[in-house]
Amino acid sequence: MIRPAGKDSLLVIVPAFNEEGAIAQVVSAVHRYVPGTPVLVIDDCSTDGTITAARKAGADVLPLPHHLGLGGCVQAGYKLAYELGFQYVIRVDGDGQHDPCDVPRILECLKTTGCEMVIGSRFVEDNGSRTGIVRALGIHFFRLVLRPILGKPVRDPTSGFVGVNRKALNVFSRSFPLEYPEIEALVVLQRRRFRFEEVPVKMHPRRTGRSSITARKSLYYIAHVLLGVFVNILKYDRRLRRAHEAPRAGETSTGVGE
Amino acid sequence: MEHLLNVTTVLSILLLLMVLISVRRAHIRVEYSVSWLLASVTMLLLSRSKPVLDAITRWAGVPDTPLTLFLISGTLFLIMFFRFSIIISHLRDDNIALAQRVAILEFHLRSLGNHEK
Repeated sequence: MIRPAGKDSLLVIVPAFNEEGAIAQVVSAVHRYVPGTPVLVIDDCSTDGTITAARKAGADVLPLPHHLGLGGCVQAGYKLAYELGFQYVIRVDGDGQHDPCDVPRILECLKTTGCEMVIGSRFVEDNGSRTGIVRALGIHFFRLVLRPILGKPVRDPTSGFVGVNRKALNVFSRSFPLEYPEIEALVVLQRRRFRFEEVPVKMHPRRTGRSSITARKSLYYIAHVLLGVFVNILKYDRRLRRAHEAPRAGETSTGVGE
Repeated sequence: MEHLLNVTTVLSILLLLMVLISVRRAHIRVEYSVSWLLASVTMLLLSRSKPVLDAITRWAGVPDTPLTLFLISGTLFLIMFFRFSIIISHLRDDNIALAQRVAILEFHLRSLGNHEK
């Protein structure tokens, strides 16, 4: 049974889909680098032995009744963490790409800066992490797109190695992008005037399985994310306008009443 | 032209019958059958009233009457597909939220069970 311990309680969530080959190592590594921290593996209806491997390694498992995709899977973890009362949640992917030795650094940054989200970035320092040319181009493209929207540069917008505090957890447990969530999540936070920081992390090539974003899907990914970003901007701008108009309308009605 | 309108009439009647049978067998819910029924009745009425179709053709500046019929039917079905996309999106959102809720409740139940042991 996972329970938040203390006022700075941390939960590490690991979304996983058919990660039998890597999940035990990921869970063990998290336990090694952040001892005593509960690890929640969210199983997106795997057809292999991911659940058994995760439980054997000492993780709690939240098995989803059917396949929801990455966003739905991560959001389920955020919802549970929020309900249980955790203050911080750090997401580590179940394929072994993220090195759990960086979890303490992300947590430290969340605590010291007070920002709502910390991104583990491959590109803050040159730490030897390498990406494919298509992905590198995609990352560069989204850096350029996001720069004016976020009001500050983001070096690794596609990184899934992220930590959030309870304020962001509250937002994400209610509204979270369901497909390719990383970039849209940044925009969701920014529109609420939340802050984010980046800390350097090392990423490895995935141990098992294949990425869901193949070369053929890259164009769809770009179009989908761009549309998501655009829709989020429109949605929140409309809400902001309404919020500004509401007090004005209130003032007018009071004036009339008086 | 007359032959084409007859074919459209037969197709509209077939669609109408298919929708009614599906509703009767509960393969399609009544609320979702309404748009199909409306579309098939509209097609049936248009294919049986050539003067109306000719008037629309002249008014819209379409060069050919059969083209008007296909433009109207195409527009009708596009609107229906769009409406169904909205319904499917809502259903998908509800489905995801429900699946997450079920998973979380099962997690709590399992935790309670473990706690009692």
